Amino acid sequence: MKVHSRSDLETLRADGLSTLYPSRLKISVGMATCGLATGAAAVYDALRDEAAARGLDLMLIATGCLGYCQQEPLVDVRMPGRDRVLYARMTADRARELIADLARGELPAEGALAVIPEEKEPPAGLEPAGGLPLLNELPFYARQRKIILRNCGLIDPTRVEEYIARGGYQALAHVLLDLTPQETIDEVLGSGLRGRGGAGFPTGRKWQICHDAPGQPKYVICNGDEGDPGAYMDRTVLESDPYSVIEGLTIAGYAIGARQGYIYVRDEYPLAVERVTQAVARAEELGLLGDSIFDSGFDFSITIVRGAGAFVCGEETALISSIEGGLGEPRPRPPFPATSGLWGKPTVINNVKTLATVPVIISEGADWYAAIGTENNAGTVVFSLVGKVANTGLVEVPLGLTLRDMIEGIGGGGLNGKAVKAVQTGGPSGGCLPARLFDLPISYETLTQAGSIMGSGGMVVMDEDTCMVDVARYFLGFTMAESCGKCTPCREGTRYMHEILTRIVEGKGTPEDLDLLEEVARWVKTASLCGLGQTAPNPVLSTLRYFRDEYEAHVVEKRCPAGVCRALIRLVIQPDLCTGCGLCKRECPAGAISGEKKKPHVIDPELCTRCRMCYDVCPVGAIEIVK
Amino acid sequence: MPLIAQPPPPAGGALLAKLHAINAEHGYLPEEELRHAADELNVPLSQLYSAATFYAAFSFKPRGRHTIHVCLGTACYIRGGEKLLEKLETTLGVKPGETTDDRAFTLETVHCLGSCSMSPVIRVNGDTYGRLKADRLPRILKKYRGQET
Amino acid sequence: MINLTVNGQPVTVPDGTTVLQAVRAAGVELPTLCYHEGLAPYGACRLCMVVITAPRHALVASCAYPVEEGMVVETNVPEAATARHLALEFLLSRCPQSDVIREMAAKEGITTSRFGAPPPERADELCVLCGLCVRVCREAIGAAAISFIGRGMERRVGTPFDVQSDACIGCGACAEICPTGAIKMEDQGNKRILHTWHTTVELHTCPQCGRFFVPEPMSFLKEMFPEIEDLWALCPECRQQRAARQWIEQRATSPV
Repeated sequence: MKVHSRSDLETLRADGLSTLYPSRLKISVGMATCGLATGAAAVYDALRDEAAARGLDLMLIATGCLGYCQQEPLVDVRMPGRDRVLYARMTADRARELIADLARGELPAEGALAVIPEEKEPPAGLEPAGGLPLLNELPFYARQRKIILRNCGLIDPTRVEEYIARGGYQALAHVLLDLTPQETIDEVLGSGLRGRGGAGFPTGRKWQICHDAPGQPKYVICNGDEGDPGAYMDRTVLESDPYSVIEGLTIAGYAIGARQGYIYVRDEYPLAVERVTQAVARAEELGLLGDSIFDSGFDFSITIVRGAGAFVCGEETALISSIEGGLGEPRPRPPFPATSGLWGKPTVINNVKTLATVPVIISEGADWYAAIGTENNAGTVVFSLVGKVANTGLVEVPLGLTLRDMIEGIGGGGLNGKAVKAVQTGGPSGGCLPARLFDLPISYETLTQAGSIMGSGGMVVMDEDTCMVDVARYFLGFTMAESCGKCTPCREGTRYMHEILTRIVEGKGTPEDLDLLEEVARWVKTASLCGLGQTAPNPVLSTLRYFRDEYEAHVVEKRCPAGVCRALIRLVIQPDLCTGCGLCKRECPAGAISGEKKKPHVIDPELCTRCRMCYDVCPVGAIEIVK
Repeated sequence: MPLIAQPPPPAGGALLAKLHAINAEHGYLPEEELRHAADELNVPLSQLYSAATFYAAFSFKPRGRHTIHVCLGTACYIRGGEKLLEKLETTLGVKPGETTDDRAFTLETVHCLGSCSMSPVIRVNGDTYGRLKADRLPRILKKYRGQET
Repeated sequence: MINLTVNGQPVTVPDGTTVLQAVRAAGVELPTLCYHEGLAPYGACRLCMVVITAPRHALVASCAYPVEEGMVVETNVPEAATARHLALEFLLSRCPQSDVIREMAAKEGITTSRFGAPPPERADELCVLCGLCVRVCREAIGAAAISFIGRGMERRVGTPFDVQSDACIGCGACAEICPTGAIKMEDQGNKRILHTWHTTVELHTCPQCGRFFVPEPMSFLKEMFPEIEDLWALCPECRQQRAARQWIEQRATSPV
């Protein structure tokens, strides 16, 4: 069928509702990349095969990511007449037991995490499932507010019908049939939405500039080149709710007067590429892309472009260069893409999360969105809370929550009870903030003032076992490898900063090196051509500012306080604690450990590479790190 | 305006798509294929070559039957990604960018596969393995060798 | 026309002028490497850094920044001078054998670099990656025989696969435009050898004297501009001699 009107949407909506809330047993398995990485495919197969073997009527679907990645694989069981229960850390074996229980009409308690409340069309006559909290009562979810992630993990990402059933495409219909392009821009302007790619530029203002700029044809581009290591929310949205991005991009196209859109997806995200490609094809099939959408006279089509492994292509001018003809080389700004972008024409580039928010702003209204968050920082932001924290996952919260709310409240504090030392925000372009700043409310301005940035929302937690000098060196290694090499400061400066940091972690640094490091860092930050170079020094400058004592220990005492830097530590097995289990000997990649079973083992310091593998695996804590 | 007239540029993303296509078919970018592609796309060979050498996804040398990507993104690094790399280096006897003598495995590092909550992570061909401990690596390698017999 | 101030001096330039052009119009000197008035601004070398104090405060590469009414530009404030100096110091560290870089650095008071020396295999490096050769070949000539290869510290200029280029017409614009003399080209008999690009092109022979002059691949110009077909008939020296002879003959038959 082709969608020509709102009533056609109704038909699809009814179809979607019938599969979202069927009257038969339905199980959804989280099968975004995270779920797959922890064995969700085996769980899916086990459920399907066991149900078939028992003749159990089952609707089994692969859904996206609910965000509670720590608990993956997640399985959502919807049995008619019962509460909808979310099971965590599912295995193939437990999956088979689950089917056995369900075949008997029972909902097992083992592994049950929470009850998923159904906001729309709740079935009648629910029987409570034994004292389980509601999903939004769990500490991980309690302060979250899902707008960008509204459908992730709750729909089959391949079915536009389910997207429509949960409100999708109402916004596009409203925009094309009831609003002018300027009215559409006004709505986004009024909402206060700021670009979620990292720079935080007001989205409505960017659309206005592009709308007003002379030149045809105009273009809209979705920047899905999420290169920040530690950030994966764009991937999640593209895999779990691709239609939200397509709808947002179509609306953006209408607003500025573009007929051609591009979605640029990182090569390292094959499932995201697959899902969004399939979604575009399906939208074309239904007439939600192509000629005269909703019979409005507005034509719009989308081309998917797959990246090829270059972090710099997340920078907008490099991305444009990549689409045009190959390499991702940034260009001087001004002119900005909104006035002169793809092939010199006015171009709007928006991040995945920004575009996913647009349909909701249109549907619920600018005022509704502006009321969420804080002054100048409207709405919600998605953070990937990862690293040495107990609860890792994707977290969507209104702006204004503090870092402590995130790390301790939602994250549950340090992993294995260790003390949290710092949090790194904004990926390799951001900085490390110490624990004493955790009462800072999160906003674009507070993070920048503190020496970091919001960035794409990556939030990496670091504990007492992390060496901040090593972290700075790690980030410089990354930016140095990803530098395109065009401009002198970034090309030569990142390499040189990395050289100094390497000297320091090897115990060959001097106090003068710290001054030189800071001087070069400031130059690279101010003189580089593009955002990559301009932000590459942030990890160095922020760690020098907040963790100077660690640097001084390295260059003056030649000591690594965290016990990480290999040249500055020795690993010793304490003979009175060692049980001779042999685990360390098996795991040592250098073969440096010797010993007989049940007798204390010994590390040969000549062979030891000080990778600390033994320290990690020892069940009795017999390995001492001598600093 | 250049002295020698230029043909209109290829469609947006077409050059990258062509490079991906060649890479997918051959496992790397053979010289002859690139020369043909430049003619097909009507772009200067130097432009295509420039793009091919710019991106990490492309190799000019044939790869092994299976490519292992070890993630060294921030979250994976913090949670021990380097140790996985070291274990693979010693087990396979190759450094990142190299292929084993029997052409079974090519080892690469990558900065972020986007599975940061499951760190540390590796990917073999299209399969992602998260929450990985080094002791699981031999079994994973065996699985891919086993697939071939 | 746009009115702005450079180092306190008022200057007026047409709309669309870059800050660098305005600075030079005011008679102020700024070092550049990747800038050429015949090519689009590139913004790579970061030597032309200036500070703008109005209408906003910014440290910018002047070669690519457009002028605005009432703009105030300072080229010698510490922020700008430091940016230039560090760029030169790093380039000096990259190409210690380059006389051109050494002179440019000395002019700004820099005689040594704190940032080390290149590895042995690059000790004689003269290329500063300004991109002028790539850009002139692509934007002005249209042959696009050379391009940037690799990225980051591995970035360099070369022909595809580092072999003989079929697209090179032997015009030598690259060698001419290179600011540091990194491109080696020489004519040997009937061959023009561009050593740096591992490329050799044939030179056309003069039917009169047997000298070699225009590169054969440039013969496409005869089709493009039929009026210059005459230029292939004889080499420049023979053409000159013929013109001189014709003038003498004219004088002989119709004396003044």
